[in-house]
Amino acid sequence: MAREIPYIAAVNEAIAQEMTRDDTVVFYGQDVAPSDEDPLVKSFGRDRVRVSPISETAEIGMAVGLALAGYRPIVELLMAEFMLVAMNQVTNEAPRLRYMSGGQVKVPLVLKAGYGFTAGWAGQHTGSIYTMFAGVPGLKVVLPSTPADAKGLMAAAVRDDNPVVYLMHYLLVLEHGDVPEGEHLVPIGEAAIRRPGNDVTIVATGWTVGKALQAAEALASEGIDAEVIDPRSLQPLDMPAILTSVEKTGHLVLADQATRHASAASIIAAEVAEHGFGYLKAPIKLVTALDATIPYSEPMEAFVLPDETKIAGAVREVLGTASAVA
Amino acid sequence: MVERETALDLLRTMWRIRCFEERVAKLHHSLQVHGLVHLSIGSEGVAAGVCRQLRDDDAVYSGHRAHGHALAKGAPMNRVMAELMGRSAGLCQGLGGSMHLVDTAHGLMGATGVVGGNLPMAAGDALASRLRGEDRVTVVFFGDGAVQAGHFNETVNLAALWELPLIFVCENNGMAEFTPRSAHTKVARVIDVVAPYDFERQLVEGSDVGAVWTAFGAYLDGARAGKGPFLLECSTHRRSGHYEGDQQSYRDALEDAEWAKLDPIARLEAVAMKRGWIDEQAAQRLTAEADAEVDEAVRFGRDSPPLTAEQAARLVYASPE
Repeated sequence: MAREIPYIAAVNEAIAQEMTRDDTVVFYGQDVAPSDEDPLVKSFGRDRVRVSPISETAEIGMAVGLALAGYRPIVELLMAEFMLVAMNQVTNEAPRLRYMSGGQVKVPLVLKAGYGFTAGWAGQHTGSIYTMFAGVPGLKVVLPSTPADAKGLMAAAVRDDNPVVYLMHYLLVLEHGDVPEGEHLVPIGEAAIRRPGNDVTIVATGWTVGKALQAAEALASEGIDAEVIDPRSLQPLDMPAILTSVEKTGHLVLADQATRHASAASIIAAEVAEHGFGYLKAPIKLVTALDATIPYSEPMEAFVLPDETKIAGAVREVLGTASAVA
Repeated sequence: MVERETALDLLRTMWRIRCFEERVAKLHHSLQVHGLVHLSIGSEGVAAGVCRQLRDDDAVYSGHRAHGHALAKGAPMNRVMAELMGRSAGLCQGLGGSMHLVDTAHGLMGATGVVGGNLPMAAGDALASRLRGEDRVTVVFFGDGAVQAGHFNETVNLAALWELPLIFVCENNGMAEFTPRSAHTKVARVIDVVAPYDFERQLVEGSDVGAVWTAFGAYLDGARAGKGPFLLECSTHRRSGHYEGDQQSYRDALEDAEWAKLDPIARLEAVAMKRGWIDEQAAQRLTAEADAEVDEAVRFGRDSPPLTAEQAARLVYASPE
């Protein structure tokens, strides 16, 4: 049975359900359940639900050790940027230990953080820095864009035997959507087609998925039938789904909240250029954040970010180019 | 001081490490061991005095200078050698190398090439024992160079706050990579750095294996009983350079007489002879046995092929079992 709940409630529901299912799941981090009245503490006790000091390196490093010793820790990191102070553990220890040990160990852990809070949170709490993690072999990176995926990807991340960076979008946490009540798993590495279409493929992640859908609706009134694909995870990245769509539409627009040169869009563009060049009837267009720190000022913030107007404009451009060539 | 049997075991262990590493230096010079190798000649007493008291299920987290810890903890020498030679029969199938020795069968859980990166991992491992109510103990080895890094304080704080059954073992050789400790900090002794957390800590001479054994044994008993953390600081002399090939232009070599006073093997041999536990012949036999084991390890390594690309690629991610 599905019912409508907010994205953030879906995330928390998955954590509680996984902790119920598997008593090796522990959850800790800054400001996690500071009160003993917290439902998670009441259900699972203080051993498994812990408040940690502001010590990201120790928090994440301890998660690695817990994982090596048979636990499945979820670390609450609040902001994706807070992982930057612990990058050795995130990118150089957790994902490399399995490989460097010749497969002797596994490191199942979830690094849960919010990102992309472009609502006046200025330059250090707004980044879409996922490619810093997606580029590291051994890490998985998931970016749920709907409440149902927020639940299903969290459950899948907890059950995965690898370190998973779980990035929830701060501009989506209050969005409501249908979420299955019981066990709900979304396989990591499978893209979702959010809107089928035949004329152009728009690949969008996180918050830009909604923007791409808005753009697609506007374009539909002009007779343009856009397909919107949400990869849902960047590592692994479902390139077959994207290539299949591009083969059908011949046109590709990539929407991404990250800055252009650190965007998933640039990675997807490179893959399509190598493996799907023959499908393309026009050059690929990237609609990303500008290569700038997210500004505090509201109009400037809007200026650097992608939005539905910019995405729709890019679609008209690639299709216009196509018709000019034809 | 330790008993006869323990002393002989410690001597045997230290000779195994010494002979292994001296051979590794030669193999490195002749390019049969390639890449970055850090030797622990001079601190074998710490590896032996600590690891020989541990069970297989006790966890050890080491760093870039890990050969001694691995051998003393029980990792088979032939597989450690094969690992250094980059072969598929190596401990880590040749994918980790000297700085990343892991042998889960013997509780060697991780070795990191980033100074101090192992500290929080060890704390997490100790938390696992606490959560399960096990008497398993976690030991983390690190050098004095790690103490000035932020992860040291973060880990010490959490280990103390959560009272983890973790024993910090600092091998203080007075050198952080290429520069002396005095160039890094005003605090000479590591035990003073953690003083505000007020857990049990002491400084011993790392070349006095008996002192290491006794001090560590007391902490081990405490940690088994669920107490912790503890810090054992062992002063050692790093006989070799920071890495193999290091010309060491930054320091003067010790005179032989000075080295003899700092050599954990020479010190324990002197005690053992004085007590009549071994004679000159028996001492030579220990060395010869260790050397023969190294010969065999080198043969084992040479006979093993490297991993194929297909085999290695399958190890990037863990797949569902």
